[in-house]
Amino acid sequence: MNLVLVDSGGANIGSVRYALARLGVEAPLTADHARILAADRVILPGVGAAGAAMAQLRQAGLIEVLRACRQPLLGICLGMQLLFESSEEGEVDCLGLLPGRVARMPAAPGIRIPHMGWNRLQPLRPSPLLAGIGGDDWAYFVHGYAAPVGPDCVAACDHGEPFAAVVQRGRVMGAQFHPERSAVTGLRILRNFLEAAFEPAVEEGRA
Amino acid sequence: MLSRRIIPCLDVRDGQVVKGVRFRDHVVMGAIEDLAERYRDAGADELVFYDITASPQGRSVDRAWVERVARIIDIPFCVAGGIRSVEDARAVLHAGADKVSINTPALERPALIAELAEAFGSQCVVVGIDSLRDDDLRWRVRTYTGDPERTRVLARETLDWIIEAQRLGAGEIVLNCMAADGVRRGYDIEQLQAARAVCAVPLVASGGAGAVEHFETVFRAADVDAALAASVFHSGAIAIADLKRSLAAAGIAIRPPAAPTTDSEPSP
Repeated sequence: MNLVLVDSGGANIGSVRYALARLGVEAPLTADHARILAADRVILPGVGAAGAAMAQLRQAGLIEVLRACRQPLLGICLGMQLLFESSEEGEVDCLGLLPGRVARMPAAPGIRIPHMGWNRLQPLRPSPLLAGIGGDDWAYFVHGYAAPVGPDCVAACDHGEPFAAVVQRGRVMGAQFHPERSAVTGLRILRNFLEAAFEPAVEEGRA
Repeated sequence: MLSRRIIPCLDVRDGQVVKGVRFRDHVVMGAIEDLAERYRDAGADELVFYDITASPQGRSVDRAWVERVARIIDIPFCVAGGIRSVEDARAVLHAGADKVSINTPALERPALIAELAEAFGSQCVVVGIDSLRDDDLRWRVRTYTGDPERTRVLARETLDWIIEAQRLGAGEIVLNCMAADGVRRGYDIEQLQAARAVCAVPLVASGGAGAVEHFETVFRAADVDAALAASVFHSGAIAIADLKRSLAAAGIAIRPPAAPTTDSEPSP
């Protein structure tokens, strides 16, 4: 398995790499265009702010590279948010690989932001990424922005309002939570990403 | 629904986990990696490591053990101790920690909170507060609590500091109620309620856990997001799996322990 982690300047790269190592996969961290384009699987991790992360990707010339990828691509946490068209965080344009806009999660009495802690996944429709995952599986979230439960949402979660916990559109997918810190649930999802077959979305296949 | 978190706190001194009473008289509890693995297996939701000697000794946290912990555990963990700059925090986060907690350095230079939030996002930035009630019944913060010889009383009131820390970008507050710490008579509900009233970000109760019902009380009465404890877990007085089953049975939102066994808990 030739898997790469895209170096987006995020700070939690270490924990993603170690989780993959526990699955027996060495995942180099790279910003090298050719290496990313040649990989079998690509993970876009990320912690931090959307504006800073997009600026980093732009500076490294990675926006076009990520748009040109045709292999399975998994965004984690902020990395998932960057897959969408735009984010309210810093009013920034993102990669546009998935339709939709990431927005600030609204606080409410008893609903604290950031959403921090373990919450239950609510599978909405089948996805190879969710094989073996049911409604009793918990995942660890740490975020203040989220994508809506849109057409590509395969598992939702609820924190005051429902939001997209897992998205998948063809070979582009994301997890808002941290699989590398979500015990057996996270391990299962990372393994699914490594092992399942993901076909390009229909419109992408025609392109 | 977001679950309430149970967080064992591991005080680290010279590369080992230690525990004191009222922040004094530390005894060695075991190796960092051993305790981290056992608590993960027992169903801990998160771990906090406080390098209690880093701040008094004026040095940053030792990164080598952070990386060792990050390699073996698959639950989140937070590291505290002597993080004074964005570069200090970056090193700890790159080593695999999920969050950094700052205490004394934030009080000495509050702009550090904003700098960390800007660099890594608020969700990475935990502000730990050591707080004690003074004779005038006001709660005030303390610094350098890892070393009794150097512990200082500041004029800053705890509730004001909680508000200020959030304004600067803190994503979580850990309130260590020092009068209750290590004596196992329950969390400081009055102080935590006062903190909750001014804290819109996640609030973690720390100090005083001695029995299962103390956890239920602090979640119900003070509406904290997480409860942190050390000695009751290290000693085996409370098994985390049992605690979580009791809380779930009492109707508290809890992530169930992974397996119905307490064999992996640290033995007394």
